Amino acid sequence: MSVPFLESVLLGAILSGTPLLYAALGEVIEERAGIVNLGLEGVMLMGAVTSFAITVQTGSAALGVLAGATAGSLFNLILALLVVTRRANQLASGLALMFFGVGLSALLGAPYIGSRIAGLNPLEIPTLAHLPYLGALFRSDILVYLAMPAAALVWWGLFRTRWGLSLRAVGENPTAAYAAGYSPRAIQYQALFIAGLFGGIAGAELSIGIAKTWAEWMTAGRGFIAVALVIFSRWHPLRTVWGAVLFGGAVALQLQLQARGASVSPFLLDTLPYLLSLGVVLIWAGGRHHAAPASLGRVFEGTE
Amino acid sequence: MRHRGPHLLGVLLVLVISLGLVVITMAGATQRTTAAPPKLIVGILHIGSVTDGGYNQAHAEGIRYMQKTLPQVEVIEVENIPEGADAERVMESMVQRGARLIIAASFGYLDPALNVAKRHPDVKFEHPSGYKLAPNLGTYWANTQDGFYLMGMAAGRMTKTHKAGFVVALPVSFFLANVNAFHLGARSVDPQFETRVVFTGTFLDPGKEATAANALLDQGADVMAMIVDSPITVVQVAERRGAYSVGYHYVGVQKFAPKGWISGLAFNWGPLYVRFARAVMDGTWKSESIYGSVASDYLIIAPFGTAVPASVVRQVSASKQAMIGGQLRVFAGPIKDNRGVVRVAEGQILTDQDFGRMDWLAEGVVGQPR
Repeated sequence: MSVPFLESVLLGAILSGTPLLYAALGEVIEERAGIVNLGLEGVMLMGAVTSFAITVQTGSAALGVLAGATAGSLFNLILALLVVTRRANQLASGLALMFFGVGLSALLGAPYIGSRIAGLNPLEIPTLAHLPYLGALFRSDILVYLAMPAAALVWWGLFRTRWGLSLRAVGENPTAAYAAGYSPRAIQYQALFIAGLFGGIAGAELSIGIAKTWAEWMTAGRGFIAVALVIFSRWHPLRTVWGAVLFGGAVALQLQLQARGASVSPFLLDTLPYLLSLGVVLIWAGGRHHAAPASLGRVFEGTE
Repeated sequence: MRHRGPHLLGVLLVLVISLGLVVITMAGATQRTTAAPPKLIVGILHIGSVTDGGYNQAHAEGIRYMQKTLPQVEVIEVENIPEGADAERVMESMVQRGARLIIAASFGYLDPALNVAKRHPDVKFEHPSGYKLAPNLGTYWANTQDGFYLMGMAAGRMTKTHKAGFVVALPVSFFLANVNAFHLGARSVDPQFETRVVFTGTFLDPGKEATAANALLDQGADVMAMIVDSPITVVQVAERRGAYSVGYHYVGVQKFAPKGWISGLAFNWGPLYVRFARAVMDGTWKSESIYGSVASDYLIIAPFGTAVPASVVRQVSASKQAMIGGQLRVFAGPIKDNRGVVRVAEGQILTDQDFGRMDWLAEGVVGQPR
């Protein structure tokens, strides 16, 4: 029984796009608060390994997701300590965090490699699951269903709440935010904590949702792709949805084309997602420089 | 302006980085087991984790078997070593710690091993699937194509949709030969059998492997096979979607697919590693290129799953005997590729030397070999 092409690609796109979306949403929050996190890959890995280990230990995927999110946020606080409290260079600290995450997750995960888990099971939504063409979408796991609402929630939080306003103010001009009575450091800590939750969930979806296995460095660069997606979506949480689906779709499409025997070299097909991203960035590049938070990557020195 | 405290900052950064390095080194920590008195120290390095249920675990269990059989041998074992300069450094340190036999258990360790071998002529090296030899470096591998042919036969007998999905890391010649052999085996029992191949471009990316397996199952495949480092992901996806699976590398993957497991082609390196260690201790070791077959004790057919009827098992073992006896040849012409070009003429038989140059997929295989 074959699945129609469109349905198969769409399902693949959403499945591969989900971890990217969660990770990118976290990165949007951080960058809106003025902090670039190149350690996202490490945060995702910590989320992936913790959720897998806890799922093996307790047999509960829900606890696994919770633990993965917590691990991601705690791990991200290391970055907060470095770049907010100690005012270290953000790019160097982020890369250090990434390598630390790769090593630490490999160490923690070693006893769990080859363990068997049920993981996050697909939840079938009664009538929708039997729709033509789109049915397969409604047999996904809970994190897939929650991904788009999460994007909406981040949008609401950033653009429709006082807290979001203060966070964006810190990202644009921390001195002005400070003068207005906000504490830029406290807000950046909060932003990094919440971003870590999202990074951890992204890792959990990868290890206990999609692959249902743990392997060293299983994120395979997805953390960096998520950072690129944030630029691609011009720091807007709702546009990251398109970015994630587009990139996930390109990965799914190239694997689908191979499975269907398209007469294109697999090497070329493998570059498709990257070519597509390049193309979109090229088309969208002009005149959008103001989209980046003005103080992104800068160190807030305080005003006293 | 506040005091910036660059010292503390520097210290902190250095701390985090060095902690990371320590952890990375620990992740690839050495397991040193002692048994008195050591007559030989064997060093082995792995590219991945020794519990991956695949390539690395097969090598690691071979070493366990050797330790059990030869308690006087001491082992230095290291995991997660990248190919290249790191591998060379690890092998050099194994030599410094007294290793006289080093098993460089990954394809990309060949050149680093040759470099270290040149500097230490008194130390013996063994490399799986290597294509170069040195006076103190030998290679070992086996004809996996025969085994894949047998797996294909079993798959062809089990399938209901007449379609298999094959997740393959890269389109390199020996992997193409494995896919072709699998397909030819399946076609020998099911003439309308079709094998669809997806190349993931990497040996370890469970997320991508899951997506690739789903894409193949969406195409109607009901048997999944794979050539990646860890078969766990593909086997599990197949099981969840009610498809059969055929494993590779390690014998114990069946637990991930209790319902859909057919069988697998697995390496049982233990007996070979015992022979290597004995030969080094006796002084009879010589540099050679060992190339086994399904007749060897180190290339085995994994236990068949509960879904497989006895008639299939009998047919596979009969064919295995025919291969050993020389009556059954996998790449016996005429064989066309999937563009209609005759690749093996009538009466011609491809041999092991030809597999290294294979750049085509057989008729009925859906996929692009380049």
